[in-house]
Amino acid sequence: MVPAQPCISSEFLSDPLVFAAFQIGRAFTVTLILDYDAGNLGSVKRACSEVGLQAEFAAHPDALEQAERIIFPGVGAAGSAMRSLRERGLDTALKNAIAKGTPLLGICLGMQVSLDHSEENDTPTLGLLGGRVQRFKLNRPELKIPHMGWNEVKVQQSHPVLAGIEPGDEFYFVHGYYPMPTAPEHVLTLTEYEGDFVSAVGKNNYIGTQFHPEKSGQVGLRLFENFARWDGVWQSSALPEGGSNAQ
Amino acid sequence: MLSKRVVACLDVRDGHLAKSVKFVNTQNIGDPVEKAREYYLDGLDELVFYDITASSDKRNIMLDVVEAVAAQVFIPLSVGGGIRSVADATDLRLAGAEKINVNSAAVARPDLINECSAAVGDQNIVLSMDVRRVAPSAAQPSGFEIVINGGRTPTGRDALEWALEGEKRGAGELVVNSIDADGTRDGYDIALTALIAAAVRIPVIASGGAGLPEHLHEVLTDGKADAALVASMVHYGDYRVSGLKQYLHEQGLKIRMSW
Repeated sequence: MVPAQPCISSEFLSDPLVFAAFQIGRAFTVTLILDYDAGNLGSVKRACSEVGLQAEFAAHPDALEQAERIIFPGVGAAGSAMRSLRERGLDTALKNAIAKGTPLLGICLGMQVSLDHSEENDTPTLGLLGGRVQRFKLNRPELKIPHMGWNEVKVQQSHPVLAGIEPGDEFYFVHGYYPMPTAPEHVLTLTEYEGDFVSAVGKNNYIGTQFHPEKSGQVGLRLFENFARWDGVWQSSALPEGGSNAQ
Repeated sequence: MLSKRVVACLDVRDGHLAKSVKFVNTQNIGDPVEKAREYYLDGLDELVFYDITASSDKRNIMLDVVEAVAAQVFIPLSVGGGIRSVADATDLRLAGAEKINVNSAAVARPDLINECSAAVGDQNIVLSMDVRRVAPSAAQPSGFEIVINGGRTPTGRDALEWALEGEKRGAGELVVNSIDADGTRDGYDIALTALIAAAVRIPVIASGGAGLPEHLHEVLTDGKADAALVASMVHYGDYRVSGLKQYLHEQGLKIRMSW
């Protein structure tokens, strides 16, 4: 089995000329990792830098205005995360960024608070995408909560950020709650844990994953590479004939 | 369905890789960062670093090792050895460790488990326990006793009772290490692993004694473990991580086979 290599490896970028050319190419690209006291963000930044995406932390709403693309990570609980976002004015800034088409990647709790409501702490959330977040209710006693470890991500609709994910590819999960988007066309991937749950969601320039691509090996890094190139344009293939194409 | 995990443990002393046999006679076997990257690219599911540095003035070397590994290895990284406080745990998390293993210090002061799980999340706190077989008695009804300080000091504490207490105090996972089996390559202590895995509702990583691929299969089935920890069998090049996973996959276990 040949492990997949990222297209832009750190070894490649260690060549000063290559690095300089790469920097010029992305001189005006600003990727921001939203910093709102929601856990350890270092691993997301390291994964970005491994694929040549220079990302910076941002805690102020004004910074989001300028961003070329935004990563919205998070661990912890929905209630405190939403408080933290509101106190900083980041909730409005995120909605504005979505409205103007900025590509936005939510990870784990960062994805969960993008729906309308989370059962965790009974929290109203951002509503970037219609739907609710629920806690696992499992019958088989040997299945544990949180759902922690490697599990398969089954792609339901093609999406530029999920390009290259093959059947059987697994990602790393740590979570007790999962998203339930209202519209089936927002479901990007499914994962099995006593039945299928939704493990990635998407709507226009927004994509969110329940799994942690930054902890998911080379296949996870590919997702960051894809996101680094994504222009934020995506339309669900699940839309009915003649369906709306609102971008 | 979750995959069964193959976890490699690297013992690090003063920033170098060491592997102990029955916790004595440690031999230096290379650079931890290089080894970690090698296993990562060969499909390892999770990495555990255990700091066996004796002198406290060299402890900070471990933070450098963790930082260097975290920049190159994009799977969950777990670190243990000498963690006595929330500050120790937080420092390691900032350096890039996903999970924090507590061991001897938690036996001495069990509140450490509660404090660390409150500070960094219970899914990130691993209670690592070194266990030896003893004659069942009133104090150790399970016939397994907790030992500390790298296996040198018996505590009189029953291993099953300690596992249950650790879970109640907020540990998110257990590493059950048999010091009788450790370094022997004769196989895991299946009875010990199964006893504890059946009693708790958190994942169990079996540790100590892996020498053959069959040992991993046995502990992941009969031993009811969620993950199997390997060390010398891969460190000395007798087996590759990918080969072990291929074997387990062929035996019908759910294993992550693409990376």
